[in-house]
Amino acid sequence: MSAPSTPGCHKPPGVVWEEWMAETLFELVGISKSYPGVMALDDVSLRVDRGEVLGLIGENGAGKSTLMRVLGGVIAPSQGVIRIGGSDHARLTVNEATEAGIAFVHQELNLFENLDVAANVFIGREHLVGGPLKLVDNAKMRERVMPLLKRLGADFTPETLVDNLTIAERQMVEIAKALSIDARVIIMDEPTSSLTISETERLLEVIADLKAHGIAVIYISHRLGELMSCADRVVVLRDGRTVGELARHELSHVAMIRLMIGRDLKSLYTPPQRPPRSGGCNIAGLVTSAFPDRQIDLSVRHGEILGLAGLVGAGRTSLARAAFGIDPQLGGEIRIDNAPVAVASPRDAIRQGIYLVPEDRKRSGLVLDLPIRENVTLASLLNYAWMWLVSGADERIVAKEQMKRLAIKAPSADIEAVTLSGGNQQKVVLGKWLSMQPRVMFFDEPTRGVDVGAKSEIYRLMRELADQGVAIVMISSDMEEVIGVSDRVAVMHEGSVSGVLERSQFSEYNVLRLAMGQALETAEAAAP
Amino acid sequence: MIKKELGLGILLVVIAAITGAINPAFLSLVNLLNMANLIGLFGVFALGEGLVIITGGIDLSLGSMFALLGVVFIDLLTTYQVPWPLALLAVLLGGLVLGGIQGFLVTRLKMQPFIVTLCGLLIYRGAARYYTSDSTRGFGYGDEAATLSSIASGNVAGLPNTFILLIVLALVLGVLLHRSVYGRWLYAVGKNEEAARFSGIRTNLVIATAYIISGGLAGVSTVLFVFYTNSVSPSSFGNFYELYAIAAAVLGGCSLRGGEGSILGIVLGTALLQVLQNLVNILGIPNSLNFAVMGTVILIGVLADQQLQARRRRKVALASVARTTPRSASAQGRESAPPRGAAVVPTRTGDQG
Repeated sequence: MSAPSTPGCHKPPGVVWEEWMAETLFELVGISKSYPGVMALDDVSLRVDRGEVLGLIGENGAGKSTLMRVLGGVIAPSQGVIRIGGSDHARLTVNEATEAGIAFVHQELNLFENLDVAANVFIGREHLVGGPLKLVDNAKMRERVMPLLKRLGADFTPETLVDNLTIAERQMVEIAKALSIDARVIIMDEPTSSLTISETERLLEVIADLKAHGIAVIYISHRLGELMSCADRVVVLRDGRTVGELARHELSHVAMIRLMIGRDLKSLYTPPQRPPRSGGCNIAGLVTSAFPDRQIDLSVRHGEILGLAGLVGAGRTSLARAAFGIDPQLGGEIRIDNAPVAVASPRDAIRQGIYLVPEDRKRSGLVLDLPIRENVTLASLLNYAWMWLVSGADERIVAKEQMKRLAIKAPSADIEAVTLSGGNQQKVVLGKWLSMQPRVMFFDEPTRGVDVGAKSEIYRLMRELADQGVAIVMISSDMEEVIGVSDRVAVMHEGSVSGVLERSQFSEYNVLRLAMGQALETAEAAAP
Repeated sequence: MIKKELGLGILLVVIAAITGAINPAFLSLVNLLNMANLIGLFGVFALGEGLVIITGGIDLSLGSMFALLGVVFIDLLTTYQVPWPLALLAVLLGGLVLGGIQGFLVTRLKMQPFIVTLCGLLIYRGAARYYTSDSTRGFGYGDEAATLSSIASGNVAGLPNTFILLIVLALVLGVLLHRSVYGRWLYAVGKNEEAARFSGIRTNLVIATAYIISGGLAGVSTVLFVFYTNSVSPSSFGNFYELYAIAAAVLGGCSLRGGEGSILGIVLGTALLQVLQNLVNILGIPNSLNFAVMGTVILIGVLADQQLQARRRRKVALASVARTTPRSASAQGRESAPPRGAAVVPTRTGDQG
């Protein structure tokens, strides 16, 4: 194999290619990071060699992103050593990381949509002309970007506005940006979560090309199939520790999933007190605007918690938004107890007893600057009003009731929601709905950013509601939670439900298979 | 919330006292009643502007609306000899319709309020000038609307009717804004439109209603101004008046980010502006400095308010950090009483957008 002579290749002349390729680029040794009460990383070691694709997998919260933030210089480790080019660092600054050639391609691409490709690649490092005038040299930047785009096989020009590019093309811009700073390691976080199959193949080709030029890639993904096809090595994290490393020939779905799971479910969960009742909510052929060519069929019984699992972007949130009337329903119908319900707006949904606890509580769930009391009554204010005049006393009674029932920790109902902790804020959102008559409730990532104590309280409340006969759909990306809380689990893949698991079929392995669009393994298990 | 209004009230009294001490003519009954009349005239539409600002919007079209509705109003009374109740009704309806159109453009067609009402400002002014061929309209020597005129520019026991009307409207809108379901929705929409929508509030309707109310109050103000000046010059009638309303609202504690402000604050803001104008005259400050004085006071007022807010925010933040060791609950409750006002605190996460 001979060394290609294209930009991004750092091999000094006179060095044997094979030796050069085997060189270790950097090493993380015994990295720990603790936050008050939490050990985010616990003695993690990681080595990256030149020109290798290192897969990094683990469940949400396993410590992948914390580790990558240590590497990128965003956070300082509590312990451990970062070894780059023979010198040891206790921590990196962002600048040091960049100088060491560490570049990120983020899951949420950090590009300026209103600027063109060249401007994005050189953002903050613009080529200047005009001496003291410091004018931006667009021509020079475009000229520099052109070969990078060519190399990546991109068919857009440096003058294109990023706004006009697809997600996959934007990713190429990010990679071009990484190449322009002479990156030695490119960290890709869930790079294919929003790509089509052919775009994914294209990305894998690009990765192979980067590899051939001696650039290492750290590939973080839940998509085990892609890791099978591109990774040289896979490191598995769980609960902040390295639990295993698989060499290329050891890679298999089973092996990877076994390493990712393998822990006891804690007794965070409240078991159901009574079986689900007859009747419930049936969603038939629902079409959402996010996936106009897919249909969703789903049913959830009264008294049941249906877990809704799937990868990010599989259409779970769109389903909840459409059912709650935030997004239009492009087809299909929703029935509760066999009676069709028309939902054209959240107001309609609320009248039918369909409630949504949204994913982003600060943006959609709460008016942060209003007191707890006003947040709790926001959706049902007319119930506490006489001739449209609000009765503050009635309101306060209801708010106090909910604060007591939900154990919201605040000195009074007139405290603004913004001052509460994440868990307590989420409970205020719950209080808003529990002060009314829920029939069907959607919980979208109800425990995101909530500490363990509040988590188990939220689980208990959901179970309590179910026992009272509410049909509950819980969207969650936390596998442990999905399996621990749900009575049944529906899994979505690319806009439709790819399978429903009964309790006896619950396993992270089964959920992951369905989430990745694969059938269950045995014919018996695949039966609906 | 009441703190800010109290501060504004004290400022008003202090300024009045100082001015009165320098020149006692300021406190003469004639001057006070004259000011009351002006406060009434400028307060009525400032209330509407305030509602729109609380939604996070702005209404720049008010002054031009006065000109357009004004010339139509006078024409109906003089040229067409329409009975005054009908002419009054027509102007009020006209204001409501114009407000409705603007509200529709803002909510349903998702246009930015600044642009919609800026275009309103240009269009209404142009329409008024074209309609009259740029000639001033006034009442002849007849008594086309003597009754209405005496209502609009009359007084009760010396107190100008305009001022009485402002108080009545302020009470009604105060109840609407601070006690009614609609008022709560308005604040919620202004603070976080998305969360309001997720709570089943018809946010578009709530916002559009604010524009409609503002338009209706502009109709009322048109009639008051017409009888105040007795003629309408389409190119200058009402010029810059929307800016007085915006200034009054901002001075009174409304934030252009929405979700903040009170009726009492807007009334006090209007009063302060009129007192400042009057003070310029009375103290013999060159009249040309009028706007400069107003601008300076608003700037200092909002700046001071912002600093106070930031300090209170820091206190609240500290209190919430120290929540694990709760002090007396009531003390904490007082501390974190909703700090409203023109504060521009960049840490806010609940912004609409």
